[in-house]
Amino acid sequence: MKPLLQVNNLVVSAGNSRLVDDVSFEIYAGEVFALVGESGSGKSLTSLAIMRLLGEGLSIRGGDVKLGSDSLFALSETQMNAVRGRRVAMVFQEPQSSLNPVQTIGKQIAEVLALHRGSAPDAAIIELLDEVGIPNPEERLNWYPHQLSGGQKQRVMIAMALACEPELLIADEPTTALDVTIQKQILELLNELRRSRELAVLLITHDMGVVAEMADRIAVMRHGNILEQAERSQFFISPSHDYSRQLIHALPQPDDYLEYQAHSPLLDVQDVKVWFPERRGVLQRVVGHTKAVNGVSFTIGRGETLALVGESGSGKSTVGRAILRLEDTAGGSIQFDGSDIGSLSQREFAPYRKRIQVIFQDPFSSMNPRMTVREIIEEGMQSLGLGGTNESRETQIRNLLERVGLEAGHLNRYPHEFSGGQRQRIAIARAIAVEPELIICDEPTSALDVSIRGQVLQLLQELQDEMGLSYLFITHDLSIIPHLAHRVAVMRNGQLVEQGETRQVMTSPVHEYTQHLLQAVPRIPEHA
Amino acid sequence: MELFDVRLHLLWSDILIFLLVASLCAFVVNVVRNPLARKRWSQVFESRIGSASFLVILFYVLIALTDSVHFQKKLEQAGDSEDVHYAPEVTSLLDLALAPMLGRDEKTYSAPFAIHSFAKENTELAEGGVIRDYPRLEHGGSHLEDDAQHGADIVVKSMTIIGWTLVPVLILLFLHHAFIKKRDSRLPWPVIYFTFSAVVVVSSWALYMSQFYHVLGTDKVGQDVLYGAVKAVRTGVLIGTLATLVTLPLAVLLGISAGYFRGWVDDVVQYIYTTLNSIPGILLIAASVLLIDVYIETHPEQFKLLSDRADFKFVALCFILGMTSWTGLCRLLRAETLKLSQLEYVQAAHAFGVSRWRVIMRHILPNTTHLILIALVLDFSGFVLAEAVLSYIGVGVDPSMKSWGNMINEARAELAREPVVWWSVIAAFILMFVLVLAANLFSDRVRDAFDPRMSGSGDKQ
Amino acid sequence: MLAYIIRRLVYAIPILIGVNLLTFALFFVVNTPDQMARVQLGDKHVTEDAVQEWKAQRGYDKPLLINGEADGAEVFIDTIFFEKSLSLFVLDFGKSDAGRNIAADIEQRMWPSLAVALPTFIIGISVNIAFALFVVMFRASIFDTSAMILCVGLMSVSGVFYVIAGQFFFAKEWSLVPISGYLGGADAWRFLLLPVTIGVISGIGGGTRLYRTLFLEEANKDYVRTARAKGVAELTVLFRHILPNGMIPILTSVVVVIPSLFMGSLLVESFFGIPGLGSYTLDAIQSQDFAIVRSMVFLGSVLYIIGLLLTDISYTLVDPRVRLS
Repeated sequence: MKPLLQVNNLVVSAGNSRLVDDVSFEIYAGEVFALVGESGSGKSLTSLAIMRLLGEGLSIRGGDVKLGSDSLFALSETQMNAVRGRRVAMVFQEPQSSLNPVQTIGKQIAEVLALHRGSAPDAAIIELLDEVGIPNPEERLNWYPHQLSGGQKQRVMIAMALACEPELLIADEPTTALDVTIQKQILELLNELRRSRELAVLLITHDMGVVAEMADRIAVMRHGNILEQAERSQFFISPSHDYSRQLIHALPQPDDYLEYQAHSPLLDVQDVKVWFPERRGVLQRVVGHTKAVNGVSFTIGRGETLALVGESGSGKSTVGRAILRLEDTAGGSIQFDGSDIGSLSQREFAPYRKRIQVIFQDPFSSMNPRMTVREIIEEGMQSLGLGGTNESRETQIRNLLERVGLEAGHLNRYPHEFSGGQRQRIAIARAIAVEPELIICDEPTSALDVSIRGQVLQLLQELQDEMGLSYLFITHDLSIIPHLAHRVAVMRNGQLVEQGETRQVMTSPVHEYTQHLLQAVPRIPEHA
Repeated sequence: MELFDVRLHLLWSDILIFLLVASLCAFVVNVVRNPLARKRWSQVFESRIGSASFLVILFYVLIALTDSVHFQKKLEQAGDSEDVHYAPEVTSLLDLALAPMLGRDEKTYSAPFAIHSFAKENTELAEGGVIRDYPRLEHGGSHLEDDAQHGADIVVKSMTIIGWTLVPVLILLFLHHAFIKKRDSRLPWPVIYFTFSAVVVVSSWALYMSQFYHVLGTDKVGQDVLYGAVKAVRTGVLIGTLATLVTLPLAVLLGISAGYFRGWVDDVVQYIYTTLNSIPGILLIAASVLLIDVYIETHPEQFKLLSDRADFKFVALCFILGMTSWTGLCRLLRAETLKLSQLEYVQAAHAFGVSRWRVIMRHILPNTTHLILIALVLDFSGFVLAEAVLSYIGVGVDPSMKSWGNMINEARAELAREPVVWWSVIAAFILMFVLVLAANLFSDRVRDAFDPRMSGSGDKQ
Repeated sequence: MLAYIIRRLVYAIPILIGVNLLTFALFFVVNTPDQMARVQLGDKHVTEDAVQEWKAQRGYDKPLLINGEADGAEVFIDTIFFEKSLSLFVLDFGKSDAGRNIAADIEQRMWPSLAVALPTFIIGISVNIAFALFVVMFRASIFDTSAMILCVGLMSVSGVFYVIAGQFFFAKEWSLVPISGYLGGADAWRFLLLPVTIGVISGIGGGTRLYRTLFLEEANKDYVRTARAKGVAELTVLFRHILPNGMIPILTSVVVVIPSLFMGSLLVESFFGIPGLGSYTLDAIQSQDFAIVRSMVFLGSVLYIIGLLLTDISYTLVDPRVRLS
């Protein structure tokens, strides 16, 4: 069989550095070909190069892309425009920003139809919207993107991509920005469309779970090179390249649960509420509240990890911020080590700042770019009056850096000199520098690549064993929970729907939402 | 000692400008210490336009600084009295440097390099009778023995001085190139060399030629136009820097507190700047300047010297300009602070119980410096341009003070003359344009280096 | 929406009070009517009687804030603050220090101002947007760089020079248009041509540069990439996607000045001898007629606040994402 798309020895470079280096692969009609890699591997650049949509400063330095019998790099810009959207269509990662905010979705779909088909009857657009599962398509035709949810926007993007029945769909991380339940719906939709339309899909993703659910064939990319190409069945069982093996093994084993034993309680949260006022009318009176957290209760024992799981907007981060007193509570009580900290003033709360610490999600914005590593770690110690003299503090900081797996000599460097994973280690060092008892981890690994994620989680666990730390681990990622958390609490719309021992919640969930959530997680076949 | 027969008489604006220079030095030291800031700044100076425009600005600032050291000369002692008297007018270091242009006033207008006056005059001839002709200038070209040599003399003298300057400059540059360049080779040395030699050659040529001619002609009362235009550099540079000096603390203090504390502080700050903004700026400035005029007229005892009076008005004008133009930066800083205080590192500092004051000083202020900087350089050129307009309207600097605005103002009548007196307006135009252009280009480079939103399209892979 | 407008109007009151107090402080407290009289009368005629008479003629002889001699409400009403400052709230401008009716002057002079300012505004924005689009079309090329350097050059020239050069060449040397002056009716265009052209030209540098930045910011957004991926040609992307989105910040930033167009431009009007509000204000400044300056300050603030309100309303019209509440 002749391949639909042939990429031969593609080279993309920025200045003198080759970001995509000699990449070749083929895609056949009707198959899903997954290009997998971590950030910076060049996978997105490859797809943009195929569409000839590379940004400024990037250029194609070599190779050839054949669609059917046409060589795409030999086409004129006008000819290429006839290919884009008609023969090859694309869906991007960020549905929030990928649609024109001031045009109705109907118009945006009509544009592509009018361009390649000459006419864009409303009926055709409605049919498309219906096909991708937008309810009430007749009405939504005239909606603007901001009126739709993230998942619906991605559906519109897909409708737009499929409008002219392309031969190949390039999906660049199509579900990365979406919640896991929405991700499942979108993946199902893609699967369905691909079957009904016999569409070839080039799927670009970093998520092995998505790969396992969707792909027929897989290519692994790193540093601009393809390391391995394989059929799905073979890939997960016997990957031929070390790096592929590493990627697969970095994924947590689903049945590797942490042993649970009872702990004496350290934090006791009872019926906590965080409400944000809504103001309306001439006088801006408070007419109601957004109930971000509405009556949440849980306890965390000494040396225990409680995973607080939920999708975006569930209020899980707000719970963490309320415990840190970065947010005021509207009701309920927070007991820490026997004393009520929920009602303390900022000044009265100051002594507890040493005992409760936090690690944030984004390793890039969690450190002041103008401070050295020493200043960053030192700041908390100084402000909380720890560490004694300057010399003893310096020794401590050096020890801390070594403990989290960095070189002690790096203490005069600035954050931008470190990678994401290293920065997260600095953030951990900063938190444990004041020897806290409880650390609130707000999605500390979700911005990291899989291979690094495992290392950071490992470090957190070691520190727990050494120092007897308790964690409130806030996350949307269910897959990391089993071997990380002793207990799990599932949150939705500001309330806890279920909590209990990890094994129990993960294997036999009681609440419908938890079941729903667990089913949505892409499964990876058993691997060696 | 003849040389020390002077008394230092610093004007208020002199003191302020030297304070400003001192704080600038502190800022530079700070930049050199921080590698991130150093990297950004070297990006500015590694661009050709950046380093060239910086050199030009530096040249203007140097002129302004030498013109900001004022003193009074001692007067000849009258009779036997022991009292020491000083001249009622102040002189600056720059006046010493520009000595060739001083004390060579003609009667009225004369064109650049002219040796005859611009206006016809009645001259009595030795053998009786009166002839109406363009009279010979008293100073311009007075060294010439034969008027016919005029053109050749200009060329020869120009060649001589250019030659004499270029040779040492080239030798210096060659030495620099040979020995020092290797250390820091990423700077665009050819452009720097070129700008430097151009500035040196042009200024020494003008200075040398001024000994013989009026390089840019003379004005209505016969004063050298080049002298006036160069003296106006101080006015322009100072109005730009001092007014920004006033805007800075107001904008930074109010903008950052509004964004950081929010609540009622924010309401008050927003109220203040909306109110100030709502008043047409030029009217507010005009009204305030009129008030200053009235104050000066009703309190003559406070201003001993004429220049004190002009200087008071000048400082007041800078202050007023600053007071009416801090709102833009304030708004910008408020928005940026709102954004920054949501960032995780500020949250982390809060979680460590770091005091609010320290959070502002360590986390917020340092991360807004790029905004402040860009606004400052842009404001600078805005103020220089504003001076021209204000002086034209009659609410600018004191008419006794040399300024480009005053020169342009006078030029209105000159342009209506037949034939046209074009040189003083052109002189003001060129000197002003070069300064503002350099400032604008420099601020462009600063923005490119510091504003991440504007610097190249980073690939989001 | 209505509630929003009402709320904004309510918010405007304290701002106008602030402006009022500020002008009151500037014109009557810092600078007392006595001093004004002395300056106005000049050195020769200053006698105590003359000052008192000057003040009495203009109603400046009353107490500033509280009239201790009056009864009842008159304590507050029969004062300078009430008569000269508070009256502005009902747009009662009173008489100028030279005895002219300010309201009538404003009514008469706003039309010439508008005749210059409105065309300058509309043509200026259109030209700037057109140039900016043109530059964005050729972005990151030599053309772009040199156009930007040219813009910086144009920006660096003082507005006064544009006027001087324009008058000198077009009116004096080439006699294409009158140097200055103004006539109403059909002949007005001859007098308007030069001021409008110069107004437009002096704004090109800054305007083009700013709009180019706004358009470029849009051009780097994800939805533009989506449009390209659909196969939309580059020119269509520019006009159908980048332009409408870039117009939002442009429109909303210029709307605020529309009401203030009535006030005219001090510089252009006085250079070209156009009898508008700009030159009116300038004359008042130069003859130190504070009554007029005071009125113009207040009028300016009112117009600015209306501009702010219009800005917010225009957002809802051009940006579907914005709903006022």
